[in-house]
Amino acid sequence: MIALEKLSKIFPTSNGDITAVDNIDLTIDEGEIFGVIGYSGAGKSTLIRLLNMLEKPTSGKIIIAEKNMADLQGSSLRKARQEISMIFQHFNLLWSRTVRENIAFPLEIAKLSKKDKNARVDELIDLVGLTGREDAYPAQLSGGQKQRVGIARALANNPKVLLCDEATSALDPKTTDSILELLTDINKKLGLTIVLITHEMHVIRKICNRVAVMENGKIVEEGPVLDVFRQPREEMTKEFVKQITEPEETMEAIRELMKTGDTSPIVKISFLGEDAEQPIMTNLILTCGVSVNILQGKVSKTRDGSYGTLFVQLQGNQEQLNHALSYLKDQQVQTEVMTAHE
Amino acid sequence: MNEIFENINWANMWEATLETLYMSALAVLATFILGVLLGLVLYMTDKGNMWENQPVHLAAAAIVNIFRSIPFIILIILLVPFTTFIVGTMLGPSAALPALVIGAAPFYARLVEIGLREVNKGVIEAAQSMGANQWHIIFKVLIPESLPALISGITVTAITLVSYTAMAGVIGAGGLGDLAFREGFQRSNSDVTLAATAAILVIVMILQWIGDRIIYRIDKR
Ligand SMILES: Nc1ncnc2c1ncn2[C@@H]1O[C@H](COP(=O)(O)OP(=O)(O)OP(=O)(O)O)[C@@H](O)[C@H]1O
Ligand SMILES: [Mg+2]
Repeated sequence: MIALEKLSKIFPTSNGDITAVDNIDLTIDEGEIFGVIGYSGAGKSTLIRLLNMLEKPTSGKIIIAEKNMADLQGSSLRKARQEISMIFQHFNLLWSRTVRENIAFPLEIAKLSKKDKNARVDELIDLVGLTGREDAYPAQLSGGQKQRVGIARALANNPKVLLCDEATSALDPKTTDSILELLTDINKKLGLTIVLITHEMHVIRKICNRVAVMENGKIVEEGPVLDVFRQPREEMTKEFVKQITEPEETMEAIRELMKTGDTSPIVKISFLGEDAEQPIMTNLILTCGVSVNILQGKVSKTRDGSYGTLFVQLQGNQEQLNHALSYLKDQQVQTEVMTAHE
Repeated sequence: MNEIFENINWANMWEATLETLYMSALAVLATFILGVLLGLVLYMTDKGNMWENQPVHLAAAAIVNIFRSIPFIILIILLVPFTTFIVGTMLGPSAALPALVIGAAPFYARLVEIGLREVNKGVIEAAQSMGANQWHIIFKVLIPESLPALISGITVTAITLVSYTAMAGVIGAGGLGDLAFREGFQRSNSDVTLAATAAILVIVMILQWIGDRIIYRIDKR
């Protein structure tokens, strides 16, 4: 669906050139939700804006639905843009238009008849759940509602691709979830390919099939979300994964525990699936004879399965502990004995 | 009433008011059209915008600055040949129009440019991302989104134009300024001057009120 080939974008500035996107190769399949994560300044916005030519590439190809976007100009570019919609962090609605009129905007551009336009707007309002708010102005809407208008507007001309530039970063966690749900819904219902960029790992976890990690204009790691969660290779990726699997308060509690001089080992167990840890815990207690003190446990649902982490403290004599640790090594789980400096 | 304003000829007064209204109305209309066009050119040719063009931008900015800095009374005199050529005479309300418009349009064009610059760049980008062309962006985004600024700008300009008409009156254009000068000042009838001033004041207040009402109605931010 989307293929980027040796794509680069260099911004010439008075302090020298800034390479915002550095020779990126990437393919995104039809119908998937693809996430790009990276810290501020990594070049995510520039990358996504290259996809609909809001930025012109310095070199390389952007092939979407068999067309190289970089070759398009004038009316053929505008035509292609109707198939690649975008939603924005700050919504970018026209304050002078009502919800209805904002959603009608792209339809006016596509020159739909009044009747078709009204029918389509009604459909979209229903799809994004804004029934009853049609005649409100953006200033009268909450952030979540504004983004719903943005989504409806983006879907108006039945695009093939939806680009989301930090679409939930201005929203509170609950509203973020409802918008992410709406996006997943649309992806399923319409088979739309979604490319989203974010700096929040939980957005990736909740809705993406695949993820690319971006740093200094390059993609440093890429793969299915579950794989990346399970086996992050790069430091940068590990940091993002830890945002979810090792929340700061857990780590603080564990460090505190270690400081007390308690020498019983603390083990981090990572597993796939919802209840993979159940039999292991039972066996640890029954066959190894250790007692298991659960410090924290968490199952993170991704789109293609669950991924869990469990922090436990094992108590028993040295022999029992050795037995327990070697038992854990043999299981289909990843274990890591936490040390004080972590 | 007639005792206080003993020297006032109410028929003349009414006629002068109509002349002032006529000059102001036509001048506001022409200034609006010319100012919006010039303001759009200033904005669109500026750096980073759709018609980015440094020479055109600088030329437009130079014209605006030059005409904005010429005092109106001098502008009228400078424009005498031009006006005589276009209108055919230097007398009467119509003769004031070229000077009024040329004096006010550059000022209004600046206000238009400032208004357009305040339109959220993200919204323009959103429109582009939906496949809008430049006319869509001008008529569906830039103008509607800057409308309160365009209206408040034309209100200020209209009020300035009313005072310009009074100045134009002094050189024979008619209207309330003319009346105040010839009937009031030159014949020492201070009641006429006072009444003409009051009439202008009322016109200005009504204009401001209309402007404020319109902005209140359309501004949904
Ligand atoms: N128009 C521009 N001119 C010059 N430099 C730019 C321009 N746009 C972006 N950059 C630079 O390119 C780099 C990448 O910027 P970009 O906005 O793509 O980052 P980002 O990953 O989206 O960051 P954030 O999470 O803060 O939005 C930055 O160093 C930025 O300063
Ligand atoms: Mg960004």
